[in-house]
Amino acid sequence: MKTTLIILAIVFLVSLPLVLHRPKAGTESFGGADDKARAEVERMHPDYKPWVQPLWNPPSGEIATLLFSLQAAIGAGAIGYYLGYLKGRGKKD
Amino acid sequence: MHIMEGYLPFAHAAGWWVVSLPFMAAGVRSLKRIVRETPSARALLGTSSAFVFVLSALKLPSVTGSCSHPTGTGFGAILFGPSVMAVLGSIVLLFQALLLAHGGLTTLGANAFSMAIVGPWVAYGLFHGLRRCGASFSLTVFLATTLGDLMTYVCTSAQLALAFPDTTSGFIGAFVKFLVIFAVTQIPIAVAEGLVTVVLMNALKSYNLKELQGLHVLPSQGLDP
Repeated sequence: MKTTLIILAIVFLVSLPLVLHRPKAGTESFGGADDKARAEVERMHPDYKPWVQPLWNPPSGEIATLLFSLQAAIGAGAIGYYLGYLKGRGKKD
Repeated sequence: MHIMEGYLPFAHAAGWWVVSLPFMAAGVRSLKRIVRETPSARALLGTSSAFVFVLSALKLPSVTGSCSHPTGTGFGAILFGPSVMAVLGSIVLLFQALLLAHGGLTTLGANAFSMAIVGPWVAYGLFHGLRRCGASFSLTVFLATTLGDLMTYVCTSAQLALAFPDTTSGFIGAFVKFLVIFAVTQIPIAVAEGLVTVVLMNALKSYNLKELQGLHVLPSQGLDP
């Protein structure tokens, strides 16, 4: 019961911004905060040039999404396995 | 909170590496000791890493109209202490730097300091401080992990402001600008992380009370609120 309520609260918290946020014309909505910070650095210090590039870039947004999903799926699988193991072992301890 | 590859001047990137390395070394020692003394803790250690893996992959929308991700490092810090998280968190950051071009190798020292050191220490300190004051288990877990997550982003803002002070208003001006980008965005996301952590911790309490007591997360005797 308590768990269900908490999960509902999380869903509410995460979906609320999608409803509340009114995008300004010509700006990208829900871009990454990391990109905004980079833009701020470039705005304040236009002469700064990054001195290293990433060794490898995901070739497309789809590939990046694939890798992020894989990261989440591996983690969720491990947590689910552990909780299932505990539950199967029973509440004995 | 990922400072991108090349987006810290050399001196700053190197400086944060120097600051973070001793924490990582202490973490490796702590990790070895835990595995040697309680081999059964390996499953829970794996789960703590998995939690960071999941949460740091999820970019969630926030009221500011930008997206950011939770960190997941408070959970393991409460269970095993903050040292261990310096290692587990850095492994996740390394994975993201190499495979996702998210963060970077030169900025890994700085990113590890915010996500794998500051966040876990704040969560660990708050958890034990609040427990000593008699706050309930769920509330303590919630506050500790929420504020640990938030402080990670405050730290990132300070790191960027140190490297890129505003030309007119200096460090403070830049710090406020980066706080608006990172910390304000993070508030609802940090609350969500706190809530998820409470759900997971309560599941452990139901099914694995003995191990939580063994780790001194819960007292061995007496009922707990």
